[in-house]
Amino acid sequence: MELDPLVLSRIQFAFVVSFHAIFPVFTIGLASYIALLHGLYFKTKNPAWDRLSLFWTKVFAVVFGMGVVSGIVMSFQFGTNWSNFSQAASNFLGPVLSYEVVTAFFLEAAFLGVLLFGRGKVPQGVHLFAAIMVAVGTFISSFWILSANSWMHTPAGVELIDNRFHVVSWMEAIFNPSFPYRFAHMAMASFLTGGFVVAGVSAWFLLRDRDPEANRRALSMCLWLLLFLAPAQAVVGDFHGLNTLEYQPTKLAAMEGNWETSTNVPLLLFAIPDQEAQTNRFAIGVPNLASIILTHSADGEIPGISEAAPDEQPPVAIVFWAFRVMVGIGLLMIAVALTGLILRRKGRIYHNPLFLKALTGMIALPFVAVLAGWVVTETGRAPWLVYGMMTHAEGVTPSLTGPMALFTLVGYVLVYGVVFYAGIYYLTRVVRNGMLPEEERETVGDNFHRPMRPMSAAHTPFDDDVDPARS
Amino acid sequence: MEMFDLTLIWAFIIGFGIMMYVLMDGFDLGLGILYPFAPDEDARDVMMNSVAPVWDGNETWLVLGGAGLLGAFPLVYSVFLPALYIGVFLMLAGLIFRGVAFELRFKSRRNRHWWNRAFCWGSSIAAFAQGTVVGAYIQGFRVENFAFVGGPFDWLTPFSVLTGLGLMAGYALLGATWLILKSEGHIQDWAYKITPLLLAIVLGVFAIISLWTPFVNPAVWERWFGHLQVIWIFPALALLCAFTVYRSVKRRREGIPFVATIGIYVFTYLGLIVSKWPVIVPPNYTLWDAASAPESQLFLLIGVLFVIPIILTYTAWTYWVFRGKVRVGDGYH
Repeated sequence: MELDPLVLSRIQFAFVVSFHAIFPVFTIGLASYIALLHGLYFKTKNPAWDRLSLFWTKVFAVVFGMGVVSGIVMSFQFGTNWSNFSQAASNFLGPVLSYEVVTAFFLEAAFLGVLLFGRGKVPQGVHLFAAIMVAVGTFISSFWILSANSWMHTPAGVELIDNRFHVVSWMEAIFNPSFPYRFAHMAMASFLTGGFVVAGVSAWFLLRDRDPEANRRALSMCLWLLLFLAPAQAVVGDFHGLNTLEYQPTKLAAMEGNWETSTNVPLLLFAIPDQEAQTNRFAIGVPNLASIILTHSADGEIPGISEAAPDEQPPVAIVFWAFRVMVGIGLLMIAVALTGLILRRKGRIYHNPLFLKALTGMIALPFVAVLAGWVVTETGRAPWLVYGMMTHAEGVTPSLTGPMALFTLVGYVLVYGVVFYAGIYYLTRVVRNGMLPEEERETVGDNFHRPMRPMSAAHTPFDDDVDPARS
Repeated sequence: MEMFDLTLIWAFIIGFGIMMYVLMDGFDLGLGILYPFAPDEDARDVMMNSVAPVWDGNETWLVLGGAGLLGAFPLVYSVFLPALYIGVFLMLAGLIFRGVAFELRFKSRRNRHWWNRAFCWGSSIAAFAQGTVVGAYIQGFRVENFAFVGGPFDWLTPFSVLTGLGLMAGYALLGATWLILKSEGHIQDWAYKITPLLLAIVLGVFAIISLWTPFVNPAVWERWFGHLQVIWIFPALALLCAFTVYRSVKRRREGIPFVATIGIYVFTYLGLIVSKWPVIVPPNYTLWDAASAPESQLFLLIGVLFVIPIILTYTAWTYWVFRGKVRVGDGYH
């Protein structure tokens, strides 16, 4: 088989960006939650809030550290594998991506240190302020990244002269048509991720009767939040979909598995899209529902995939199924949040072991949903890199050969495999060690507390042999 | 808009950023390179502890440099990275491994030797890869129509291998003189002992590279033996700094060796810049060919001018907080 550098580069980018994305998705939501805990402690002086914020700040530190490490790779990917695209889009992407870096460093330089290491050393109000600024900073960071990404979906404010994009209007380019929807959808996804992880971990602690006072508060708070967020995300997602219908109809058609432009389009629950025959096999659907959702009328017309020539269509099966994974998990989230409400009325949310175990099991699902959502939107844009203006084939590095791309792809998989195995393993130890009374906690000696680096905010040992008596 | 040349301002900012990165990540990469030769595990603790509070701040400059190049000199970004494709991957893999080793070595005992290895190999590979970038830059690239058209191993020549090894030795020298500054007792003795040796290697490689470069790139020869003789001040000052390192080590001074090593770097770097100026993507493209549109450079400049002073202040403050000697068993109660 011929090794195609284009396909390999796309797989590599998907791999490294997915590995990177799971960390910020979580830290954005968690940063806001930590700021909220700080605020509650500041206001009520109840030490349970303080214990919770201490624990979650440690988790935040480790996850943030892994996000930074995987982010270094991202700032070189555009040049190594997509040099023509970098060159063409640099006038817009260069400044916007640099602003993300600048924001992240500003945040780290000014406030992260205070948040991670300032406990008891700076006044409580200053600590609260730092927590709020870190939360705001994570949003500003994602603002720039999502602006850059949205611009690739709905390019605006630029002119293409001699194969290079020139910015005519920064406002139009940064606030391009899909940006507000993508930003809202992603911000909610971060909150949902943070909410489900905190709820799941709190449930895990409650099952073990560990600091029940604090963890009940955390669980209750999260479930209220999720009860609002999970359905609201469905609404925001719907608006995002309508925006896609307007600007990227082919992607939307692929999400619905709708090959021909038609009215009374059913909402497909199951189908095996056959790209070659340009049709679906084994389709099962709810009549008219896709038309109703997208046009608010049963005989509304929905564009079909075949409006685009076969070589300008995305791989439909991937888009179709990734979309169903995302929506399926979204519906499950709504169901869990509603179950929480019902159990709460019976006063059983803290005691029902089945519910608590289910919450613990939900921890990984928001991450899957987020990645599935990114697969929908990124694969759905194919074959375009900048929608309607530049294809993947035009953007890839011309000197790149198949074996080179394969070498780095395998390399990144191996490196990330080792490093993130260590990272996730360590993170689970931090969690397992969490919310215990001080004397039962495993800890490493004081010399390990050299501050300033994110991960050093967590003191849990990496393996079992560290002598806990050294402190 | 035409009142001042944004491209020159950006050349200065990026040039400054690269210098900051080389100096700051240089000494902590250098400690990683020296790691297997350290006299004992205590020394390794001290070596790592002496840079633990600052290393990730040091790498800030690398990420800022990468993003800044895309914003200000996209041609550099989109030619260097494809041309150095394999090398860039090795450098990133090295940096990731040593970064994780920093965090987890101290939290681990049974697995510590693995993190030691990750730290050493990661640092060495990253340093070597960065050194080959210098060599590849001196050689130049095959570029057509603003895109790299050469092969995957064009960058890897005997010449660039030599610059790679040279930078490893140079980083090790920075690491050793840093250790003189930050340690005491038998660890400092060891650092004093290896510094002249490393200095000799660096000077040897420096001499070979200087003699070799005119054969690799005739334009450089023209520059040095043309009428612009004032530029000989840079190698002269670099040699003076090298002599200062040697003399101050003999007199067992603590701060001067490190400062003088920085001097060697600064003057060598300036010498490299004047060898090529104003060509940035050799052999043909100048800074102005490589620049992004003025409105893009200006848009980014506003944010960067705001943030760089903050990063510098924070960096200075961190070094100030962690000034002084790192002792064996620091914190081991």
